[in-house]
Amino acid sequence: MKAIIALEDGTTFEGHSFTGHGEAVGEIVFNTSLSGYQEILTDPSYTGQIVTMTYPLIGNYGTNPEDMESAAAHPKAFLIKEYNSYPSNYRSTKPLAEFLQEYGILGVEGFDTRALVRHIRTKGAMKGIVSTRDLDKEALVKKAQEWSGLVGQDMVKKVTCTSPYGWGENEPVAGSNFETAKKPGEKAFKVVAFDFGIKYNQLRLLQKKGCQVQVVPARTDAKTVLAMEPDGIFLSNGPGDPEGVEGVVDTIRELLGKKPIFGICLGHQMLGLAYGGSAYKLKFGHRGGNQPVKDLTTGHVEITSQNHGFCIDESTLPAGEVEVTHINLNDNSLEGMRHKKYPAFSVQYHPEHAPGPHDAEYLFDRFIDMMRAV
Amino acid sequence: MPKRTDIKKILIIGSGPIIISQACEFDYSGAQAVKALKEEGYEVILINSNPATIMTDPELADATYIEPITPEFVAKVIEKERPDALLPTLGGQTALNTAIKVAELGILEKYNVELLAANIEVIKKAEGREEFRDAMRKIGLNVPTSFIVKTLESAMACSEEIGFPIIVRPSFTLGGTGGGIAYNRQELVEFCTAGLDLSMTTEIMLERSLLGWKEFELEVMRDKNDNVVIICSIENIDAMGVHTGDSITVAPAQTLTDREYQNMRDAAIAIIREIGVETGGSNVQFAVNPVDGELMVIEMNPRVSRSSALASKATGFPIAKIAAKLAVGYTLDELTNDITKETLAAFEPSIDYCVVKIPRWTFEKFPEAEDYLTTSMKSVGETMSMGRTFKEAFQKAMRSLETGRDGFGGDGKQLMTHLDQEDLESGLRIPNSQRFAQIYEALKRGMGIEELYTLTQIDPWFLFNFRQIVDTELEISKKGFQGLDSEFLRYCKERGFSDKQLGYLTGTTENDIRQLRKKEAVTPVFKLVDTCAAEFESYTPYYYSTYEQENEASITTGKKIIILGGGPNRIGQGIEFDYCCVHAAFALREIGVESIMINSNPETVSTDYDTSDKLFFEPLTREDVLSIIDQEKPDGIIVQFGGQTPLNLAVPLAEAGVTIIGTQPDAIDRAEDRKRFQQFLQKLSLRQPENDTVKTLDEALSAAQRIGYPVVVRPSYVLGGRDMRIVYNDQGIKDFMIAIGGTTLEHPILIDKFLKEAIEVDVDAICDGKRTIIGGIMEHVEEAGIHSGDSCCVLPPHTLSKALIEEIKSATRAMAEELGVIGLMNVQYAIKDNDLYILEVNPRASRTIPFVSKATGVPLAKMATKVMMGATLDELGLMAEVEISHWAVKEAVFPFDRFENVDTLLGPEMKSTGEVMGIDDNLGLAIAKAQIAAGSHIPKQGNVFVSVRDSDKKVILPVARALVDLKFRIYATKGTADYLQKAGVECTLINKISEGRPHILDKIQDRDISWIINTSLGKRTTEDSYLIRRAALDYHIPYTTTASGAAALVRGMQELEKNELSVQPVQYFT
Repeated sequence: MKAIIALEDGTTFEGHSFTGHGEAVGEIVFNTSLSGYQEILTDPSYTGQIVTMTYPLIGNYGTNPEDMESAAAHPKAFLIKEYNSYPSNYRSTKPLAEFLQEYGILGVEGFDTRALVRHIRTKGAMKGIVSTRDLDKEALVKKAQEWSGLVGQDMVKKVTCTSPYGWGENEPVAGSNFETAKKPGEKAFKVVAFDFGIKYNQLRLLQKKGCQVQVVPARTDAKTVLAMEPDGIFLSNGPGDPEGVEGVVDTIRELLGKKPIFGICLGHQMLGLAYGGSAYKLKFGHRGGNQPVKDLTTGHVEITSQNHGFCIDESTLPAGEVEVTHINLNDNSLEGMRHKKYPAFSVQYHPEHAPGPHDAEYLFDRFIDMMRAV
Repeated sequence: MPKRTDIKKILIIGSGPIIISQACEFDYSGAQAVKALKEEGYEVILINSNPATIMTDPELADATYIEPITPEFVAKVIEKERPDALLPTLGGQTALNTAIKVAELGILEKYNVELLAANIEVIKKAEGREEFRDAMRKIGLNVPTSFIVKTLESAMACSEEIGFPIIVRPSFTLGGTGGGIAYNRQELVEFCTAGLDLSMTTEIMLERSLLGWKEFELEVMRDKNDNVVIICSIENIDAMGVHTGDSITVAPAQTLTDREYQNMRDAAIAIIREIGVETGGSNVQFAVNPVDGELMVIEMNPRVSRSSALASKATGFPIAKIAAKLAVGYTLDELTNDITKETLAAFEPSIDYCVVKIPRWTFEKFPEAEDYLTTSMKSVGETMSMGRTFKEAFQKAMRSLETGRDGFGGDGKQLMTHLDQEDLESGLRIPNSQRFAQIYEALKRGMGIEELYTLTQIDPWFLFNFRQIVDTELEISKKGFQGLDSEFLRYCKERGFSDKQLGYLTGTTENDIRQLRKKEAVTPVFKLVDTCAAEFESYTPYYYSTYEQENEASITTGKKIIILGGGPNRIGQGIEFDYCCVHAAFALREIGVESIMINSNPETVSTDYDTSDKLFFEPLTREDVLSIIDQEKPDGIIVQFGGQTPLNLAVPLAEAGVTIIGTQPDAIDRAEDRKRFQQFLQKLSLRQPENDTVKTLDEALSAAQRIGYPVVVRPSYVLGGRDMRIVYNDQGIKDFMIAIGGTTLEHPILIDKFLKEAIEVDVDAICDGKRTIIGGIMEHVEEAGIHSGDSCCVLPPHTLSKALIEEIKSATRAMAEELGVIGLMNVQYAIKDNDLYILEVNPRASRTIPFVSKATGVPLAKMATKVMMGATLDELGLMAEVEISHWAVKEAVFPFDRFENVDTLLGPEMKSTGEVMGIDDNLGLAIAKAQIAAGSHIPKQGNVFVSVRDSDKKVILPVARALVDLKFRIYATKGTADYLQKAGVECTLINKISEGRPHILDKIQDRDISWIINTSLGKRTTEDSYLIRRAALDYHIPYTTTASGAAALVRGMQELEKNELSVQPVQYFT
């Protein structure tokens, strides 16, 4: 089934759908991971985006219930070079095409994805549309141009949970988690996690490191959080422009200094805004599992999993209060920071991986140490 | 912290001759390392016995020792050069093993030499089976249940606990030599006996067999700050049980979820840390149970490897170069990524194409050997290809193999239709070199993926892709030529179908399809290999072709020349030709002409993106080469350097209007076409052995009788001595005809008079069209009749008269000028009773060009390139022949020990995989060095067994005398003993095998013989002499199968008695 991909600058590509009819508008981005398409699809940070995989052969190992990073798949559409319909892996329970269909995501294959990626790399991330219903290229370009885009939008409200939940045996458990999950005779740190579009692996790792986690909706206020008497506060990843997110920065500012805080990705950006900094949009973002980050405190290089289109502007951070702890070795952009006065630190990338290398898992231990030190 | 300043001089050990499991990938890594260290200002000392390497080019290292890679010679080099450090991780297993021995001799300590990258403990921990197993358990990783044993008895005891099948792996050997999978007690005894013998430490490991598990490899790099990155993952299509060198492999891994892949990555990182490789690259092999994902560690190599060369070519990340820089103290984040220039080496490459490697086997050269693939490597080369789909990459790799195939199927070749179902299934079950033709046949017969998986254990994902190729093939056949509209044509090309396949399947020709494609604008585009999946701009023009929308090739407008490489290594065409291609690129750079390399061999220096100005990693077929020519529109193309591969393309390319520079294809045809060659020689009044061309058995018999036996017979359409035989009687002619296809043949066969006991001479010359300079005259040690590639040869000639040498020179000049050679030419002569015969003329680069260049210091290939570009020899300053006062001896290296049941006799068909050079001021010592470098132990005392055919007796007499003088005791069989005793040489009679025990085999098995001289008529005439030679091989007893070879070795032994061996850099000689 023929499909047209049209970009706001008039560029078009022709592929074909492997998931049936559909039309989707969104921001076109690319991810350079060689594996982990299921985790990418279920990462809520891709909300509002059309994801292109640079690796050409996708679907090889199917999908399975364990590799879910949230309860659903989020991109508007999924673009690849060649769909492999015969999954081969002992854990596979469903071919990728069926999986995408289940979540209403348009899958398109059979075009020069590398050309698309090179275009975005040169011209920057842009609005785009994919359709099998409307094959009129001009009309599609127009639709792409008319879409509002992600800048300034609050995408978090679309993906955050509506009520608190805890983390059970590899799945969310509605309600309060703080009392039930405690193992006898063990000091477990109580962590409140703000859900801006949280990935399950952040919860799995917090649990693995001995935390009890209580996930709360993005707009939960500081008083409510403090009333839970947590040992630490975790700010999750999430989609879109940090400056578009409403009703969160003030809460974080209120919590700053009261409890240890650890932020990842959008959570890191929200923390940056709370410090008084501002964010800017990267030309085409960092999305993949091979991004080198240097920990300036140790000099060590870690290979990280990343997925962000915005970045905190180092120069806008209050001098003397915030220290840059990590930088990206590819473009020297800010990848991690810590507050000099308060127990708060954050990273732009994904130490919880899934997908991607495990090099940065140590940051969860730093969070534990920070909670222990208080 | 940048590089170390406390070390100034670094010794690098190369990997020696090309053998199975150690090929030109170590020239690639070594050359990169030498360059990288020089770039950093270090003084680099190199030892490598292989003259055909780029790394031994005299201008590369500061001092280049073309000396045997043995602990003794390395010690001599250390003593002479006093390096501060030794880098042992770039020359394969040879360098690593030698470094261990040098350390154990106390040499490193004595001269205060530091081991870089990996110290002795690290090497032992990685290589010693027990140490490795313990290390893995310590970090919580699983290794297959295994036992290390030192005796056969304990092996048998352990087998109970492990259960059959059991993998037997000797410790400290190359490429898993001697290993195997034992299915029963008897096989276990066989493998253990052989394995214990081959192991440097008399140690073997018995291991739980993981047959059917999936096999993966990761290439890991670590710097001194403990930063670790994975450069590439590789998945073997063949399941566990087939040596990774014999497996078809794919990069990146295709069938792992991210979770499984990251666990493997964690394991690899933990392993490199636990083993303690301080800096550099390592290769870790894993097995994964397809049923439950269980992960097992198989092995790790604490050095660069064949796989790291593959990974470098597959990703664009130069592992060896970076490894060398890490070894001297840099960290990954201090080094830039050459390809993107702006980003650093501290990252993990991401690729947006699929890479397929296919090994090239050579079972046809060893018909006695059984075609099975096991844990002991047998392939002699490999090819790699890239595509945007697996199907495209796989089909491209199939045609890159240059075995006549045009793709996976659909070419009417290597058909398995004759196999009945049972035989087909057994072929599918037992891995062999024909397996993919069998899978194709099975798919054609409609066998299901599940059924095929059960038989082959090849992951269903790959089988499904194979089926898609077959389905497309059926669709093409059904639609026919008329059905090839632009959309469908593009679809077929995206799935890797070649024009030849499409032509075959639609009943048209390659050319019809090419014309159609041009009309429909279905032409390939070229994509960059950029290490980063297009995330960053890249600056290195390293391309592969595919059928997509966007073409990334940047077209330059200056003067440019395409060089066609040699494709996958095979017996007869290997590193020597790659050396010439690399020199062509260097020469073009020197004169400011853009060089464009096309090649498909991932092991080579020619496919290093640094070598040429542009690199196309593509199959060397007419279609693929023409696509690049259409794109680049070069000023000319060089076909005379890459061996037979580009030569075969010369005529089709010329017909397509491509300018071939240098010697024209017509000159090649004139030298190859029988009739034209005869006329050519007659014109110059030169002589060739009497000969005839025939097509039927009757014609053959009468021709042979007229010419007179013995005669040399060969089919006219094959090259490299394939199926060539020396025949002594009518029965031999009959056997030969049957062997090649019957009593009446489609292609004629050639019959030549065989010149018995003639001296063979090889000459390399360079000609600018007007003047010819002889590059070197090499006298073979073995008499004519043994393939020149298998012969030991001496430069300059050691027995020829001045007059004869002059005659050779003037004949060579006359032929070069008459043929209109512009570039290189090689001539093979035979001298019989002082008469000069022309055996063969090849107006192109020969296998001996690098040897001659190293021996004389004249860079012939570079000069030839410049000549082809219009320079005269005068302009290049080559005014006269270079006379040398030292001796250079080339000796061949053979793969016999890899193949069971194979005879070691030499003949007209080439069998050697590589070569070494011995260089010295003293001829005998040069001979001795060549022998040592080739792996022979030169006997110093003990018993020598002599059994020679009648015609060799007079040559062997002085040999025997000399041996007695050297205090050896001679054992001889009846005929030889009689002859020697009659001539007054003391010797002891010993039984042939057929004469009853105790016989010679008993003596060999008792290891009571230190040298075997056994010559025999051409074929495996007597079972007796075969058994003796095979026993010599299996028991590692030096053996010589020609009388002249024995004479040469004795000369070496005599000189060794009188002189101490010394080492000199090649720069000293030239």
